[in-house]
Amino acid sequence: MTISTKLLGMASAGVLLAGQLALVPVASASDPSMVEEGKALAFTRKKGNCLACHIMAGGKAAGNIAPPLGAMQSRYKSKAELKAQIADATVKNPETSMPPFGRHKILSDAEIDKVVEFVWSL
Amino acid sequence: MKHLLKKIAMLAVAGGIAASAQASPEADREAFQNFYKNRFASVPMEEYPNGVYSIDPVGRENWEAIEEFPPYETFIDDGQEMWEKPFANGKTYKDCFADGPAIAGIYPLWDKKNGMVMTLPLALNKCREANGEKPLKYKKGAINAITSYIAFASRGQKTNVIIPKDDPRALEAYEKGKKFYYTRRGQLNFSCANCHLQNAGMKIRSEVLGPALGHTTHFPIYRSKWGGMGTLHRRVTGCNKQVRAKPFKAQGEQYRNLEYFLTYMSNGLELNGPGARK
Ligand code: HEC
Ligand code: HEC
Repeated sequence: MTISTKLLGMASAGVLLAGQLALVPVASASDPSMVEEGKALAFTRKKGNCLACHIMAGGKAAGNIAPPLGAMQSRYKSKAELKAQIADATVKNPETSMPPFGRHKILSDAEIDKVVEFVWSL
Repeated sequence: MKHLLKKIAMLAVAGGIAASAQASPEADREAFQNFYKNRFASVPMEEYPNGVYSIDPVGRENWEAIEEFPPYETFIDDGQEMWEKPFANGKTYKDCFADGPAIAGIYPLWDKKNGMVMTLPLALNKCREANGEKPLKYKKGAINAITSYIAFASRGQKTNVIIPKDDPRALEAYEKGKKFYYTRRGQLNFSCANCHLQNAGMKIRSEVLGPALGHTTHFPIYRSKWGGMGTLHRRVTGCNKQVRAKPFKAQGEQYRNLEYFLTYMSNGLELNGPGARK
């Protein structure tokens, strides 16, 4: 029970943060509302459920099957490259346990774009 | 999954096993068991029948507390009553299973006459039907009482699945079960092996993935999540569903062949059913 209240608390903190960001002009290529929507999609079990396998900043009860996601911009040249990994991880690694979110339509193309914005920001 | 199989085969070679060019069930089993021996070097073989609790010390504490007042106890008692109570025609299960009730160790077996894998639940229903009784359902309900009683009476027997050489269809059924185990399915694109081999010991969210070795030794299980008991095929149905795959029919050909393969992998491990799981 405490978990759900905590989660609620976190969600509203997130909204607050997003609101503040929207007021302050930031030199970022990412649209903050896209980042927030992407975060929600990434964390929700019924959608990305990335936390099942990846530790990601701000996420709780993450699994450890996969590498933690952070400093993405240091490893990915472009958002397109990051998107390719999320859309179908089996292209790079046929043995991967990561679900092919695009190829198997687990997320729509527009949803993946939002998740990319969020992950790119990590 | 060919690659994963190859990796396991390579592990076997590294472990000093003479891998014949033609993979045999026995070579598969040694490779399978060695895979876990290597990954969980400190876990003795006899621990695997305890499932995920063989490798998860936190879950184990909880489980040991549950086992002090086993939630499956009443099912064993109900099962004994079923075993002893005559059918309407005056016969009992004993008329079908002369060696009963301690017969779990011989299943699943190859039924040459019918050219199929025979499991314990299926054999029990064949007996019922031959005596004019209605078959039991295969996932929930009374099937778990009678199999709990049989499992309890069979504790201490060793898993010993036999693939008879005099009928090539037996090996075929095993191979089909093996293929099933390594085939990705569902929207989330997982094979059984992705979770229970490749990622055994890792956490998916807060759930520790248990080793496949020992997966078959202790059914039926009382599962807290179910608030009741279920068969092996009920559990596998759940694992199929959680990757958004369409589950197959309990006691249908696919799951029976799967059980044949998966139980063979645990040959040599002690039976310790019924079990309790989170
Ligand atoms: C069931 C497990 C699983 C889930 C769920 C999962 N991943 Fe992965 N992911 C992996 C694994 C394992 C890797 C390691 C590389 C590989 O195997 O392809 C990986 C790698 C990655 C990488 C590359 C990391 C790097 O450092 O280059 C990114 C980016 C990524 N995942 C993003 C995501 C996003 C975003 C989601 C959710 C929408 C997600 N993953 C969901 C298992 C998963
Ligand atoms: C996405 C991950 C995942 C996949 C895929 C998966 N399982 Fe599981 N399975 C689990 C988890 C988590 C558990 C509970 C922890 C444990 O016992 O391993 C479990 C439990 C089980 C159990 C009960 C173990 C026990 O000791 O009582 C069996 C048997 C099993 N799985 C068989 C299978 C089979 C067969 C397949 C393929 C058809 C499969 N699983 C696919 C995650 C998975």
